[in-house]
Amino acid sequence: MKEEIIIAGFGGQGVLSMGKILAYSAIMQDLEVTWMPSYGPEMRGGTANVCVIVSDRKISSPIITKYDTAIILNQQSLDKFEGSIKPGGLLVYDPSGITRAPERKDIRICSIDAIAVAAEIGNAKVYNMAVLGAYLKMRPGLEMANVVKGLEKSIPARYSEMIQKNREAIEKGMERVKIISE
Amino acid sequence: MDTIDIMKPENIVYRKPALLTDNIMHYCPGCSHGTVHKLVAEVIEEMGIQDKTIGISPVGCSVFAYNYIDIDWQEAAHGRAPALATATKRLCPDKYVFTYQGDGDLASIGTAEIIHACSRGENIVVIFINNGIYGMTGGQMAPTTLLGMKTSTTPYGRDAKLNGFPLKITEMLAALDGTAYITRQSVHTAAAARKAKNAIRKGFEYSAKNIGLSFIEIVSTCNSGWKLSPVEANKWMVEHMFEKYPVGDIKDVLK
Amino acid sequence: MAEKILLKGNEAIALSAIRNGVDGYFGYPITPQSEVMETLMKEKPWETTGMVVLQAESELSSINMVYGGASCGKKVMTSSSSPGISLMCEGISYIAGAELPCVIVDVMRGGPGLGTIQPSQSDYSQAVKGGGHGDYHCIVIAPASAQDMYDFVDWGFELAFKYRNPVIVLADGIIGQLMEKVELHPVKPRRTAEEILRDAPWATTGKTSGRERNVITSLSLDANTQENFNRKLLDKYNAIRENEVKYSEYHTDDAEYLFVAFGCSSRICEAATDILREEGIKAGLIRPITLFPFPEKEISRLAGQVRSIMSIELNLGQMVEDVRLAANGQCPVGFYGRQGGNIYTPEEIVEEFKKFNKLS
Repeated sequence: MKEEIIIAGFGGQGVLSMGKILAYSAIMQDLEVTWMPSYGPEMRGGTANVCVIVSDRKISSPIITKYDTAIILNQQSLDKFEGSIKPGGLLVYDPSGITRAPERKDIRICSIDAIAVAAEIGNAKVYNMAVLGAYLKMRPGLEMANVVKGLEKSIPARYSEMIQKNREAIEKGMERVKIISE
Repeated sequence: MDTIDIMKPENIVYRKPALLTDNIMHYCPGCSHGTVHKLVAEVIEEMGIQDKTIGISPVGCSVFAYNYIDIDWQEAAHGRAPALATATKRLCPDKYVFTYQGDGDLASIGTAEIIHACSRGENIVVIFINNGIYGMTGGQMAPTTLLGMKTSTTPYGRDAKLNGFPLKITEMLAALDGTAYITRQSVHTAAAARKAKNAIRKGFEYSAKNIGLSFIEIVSTCNSGWKLSPVEANKWMVEHMFEKYPVGDIKDVLK
Repeated sequence: MAEKILLKGNEAIALSAIRNGVDGYFGYPITPQSEVMETLMKEKPWETTGMVVLQAESELSSINMVYGGASCGKKVMTSSSSPGISLMCEGISYIAGAELPCVIVDVMRGGPGLGTIQPSQSDYSQAVKGGGHGDYHCIVIAPASAQDMYDFVDWGFELAFKYRNPVIVLADGIIGQLMEKVELHPVKPRRTAEEILRDAPWATTGKTSGRERNVITSLSLDANTQENFNRKLLDKYNAIRENEVKYSEYHTDDAEYLFVAFGCSSRICEAATDILREEGIKAGLIRPITLFPFPEKEISRLAGQVRSIMSIELNLGQMVEDVRLAANGQCPVGFYGRQGGNIYTPEEIVEEFKKFNKLS
């Protein structure tokens, strides 16, 4: 088992931390992971993306160009990565940032209105976890118990109330994921 | 009185400090370094801290200071002694750590290191020999060279337009919050040497109180570089150097 | 069972320093390695192990703080990235000349000059051949994972004290920024004052009546004294060459073609090797883990076995010179590299491999 994932959006959307929580959850399931960000000099506002590889074997190259899954949070990222998804792969996207719908016919596509989920929970910071929930529903490889452990490892203890809120967002994301094409 | 009588302990009026080694000093006759070395050795000996003192020698005439005072030494790259001293003191807080630096080393190439060691308030002692010239490399202009003073790189005299102004770094360092004791002394007379020794001792004592950096400038002669006899050099220093670099305490946080 | 946590390579360096009894870290911020000092400052090890952490005013100062700390027999280290290492080269030369042990982490970025902040391996020659002035070598070890970053701090100090020599951990922006699972080994305490007196009798620990004064210096002035010292250094470097070479091999047993790559490039070449093997092309890989000493004999042996060798580096071709010397004409040696912070993909390497070997 090996899954290569790209997560991309604007800086500030929680792209890197979503990748980190996903990676930590995989470690809690005793899998191998790499988390490789693309970084620039800016702190906020530019596009941010991170490549996460999860595998049951030692991972060689952390640099990849084709992905099993793309998690896309803005139009620029869709333009950049839609063509890089392997045939039969998965695209999860948030339609609120998208002006041109995805066009690929040879992949599975689903969307998640993560802003709505975050609004319901009343905390904008859980936006990225709703997206993660949608992904976990579509790729049910990681057990929820390990995802919770991953959350606990990633979030400092002093923000423990955020763990529950994040978990709620993940669960709602799993419920609300909308399949666009199989 | 014959030789035997002279050697009796009760007749001793002066002896070399035990911490000064028997190595023959390479300094030119008349140079201030030898006197300052002796004062440092006396202070360490009198305080009984030979086993607790680490000296950092610079690049310049006093590069071989470690050959003359019998303590553990580190020989720094040009200008970097305060960085070595910083780490040494922080890693070994029970030790007395001092740097011994000339004007080229401290006030030119090592300006950043001394300013930031002072600014951080490192609990070290800095002994700064200011003779207004690069002695070891053959008498070139130093940052502290006086206007009009002839050196091998200012053969017509230091010109402010061409060479900039002399740097009064000691006054600059006194403005920094991390410094505890800043003084300027000289060793051209016995009385001056006694005062300088007291200042060095105060610096070592302050460094054990963890109240910041102590900085002792010694306005010094370089009779070879100045091309004067030792006596003339002392006179020239009093007449010219003291005007720009007046002796006395500049800052003492415990006063 | 040892704890396993998710760490960036840079964070692994910092945690490893604390957990392996390092006495002091002195550094200056520079991308892409600032997380090292940030992590140390966040962890506050001075409250737990007593480790000193200090942000210096420049890289010049931080390497000279390392010089001062190492002179006291302490386990001290610094980290920086390419332009900062250039500034440190003066200090590194003095440290090598004064035979002091220390660890210097270089998380390389693109150059020359200010260059880029993205990953690069363009300081191979600087690290391996010298960088500073005078006849000297640092021991250079090249991590390829976050786990390596963690492990190489302790290994680096072991080598540094064994040979009284500076050790460079030559990483790159990928390894520094990459997050991976890291297994934390049991904690090693800092050495006591007595242990330092025993292990580093040469150190400036304060002159006691029982011994001569200790002087840490790289100055001799006398030509014969200096020459004798240079020859003593050569003996040391030869002992390091003899005893400390470390490398790993991947599918070299039956390889007909060989890649040579270090650090992150070795992992990308491993993936390229897999692709070629799937196509029935017998490729293999040797990863030098120590860059000085270089696995010369092993590459020479493999050069007699394969049809060709390719050195794959994120630079314009630096290690390839050492590969050519090791191969010594036994087979053609090619090179492929990317520069400026661009990184090759496994597919790109496969394509270049086929071009070089006229297999397409």
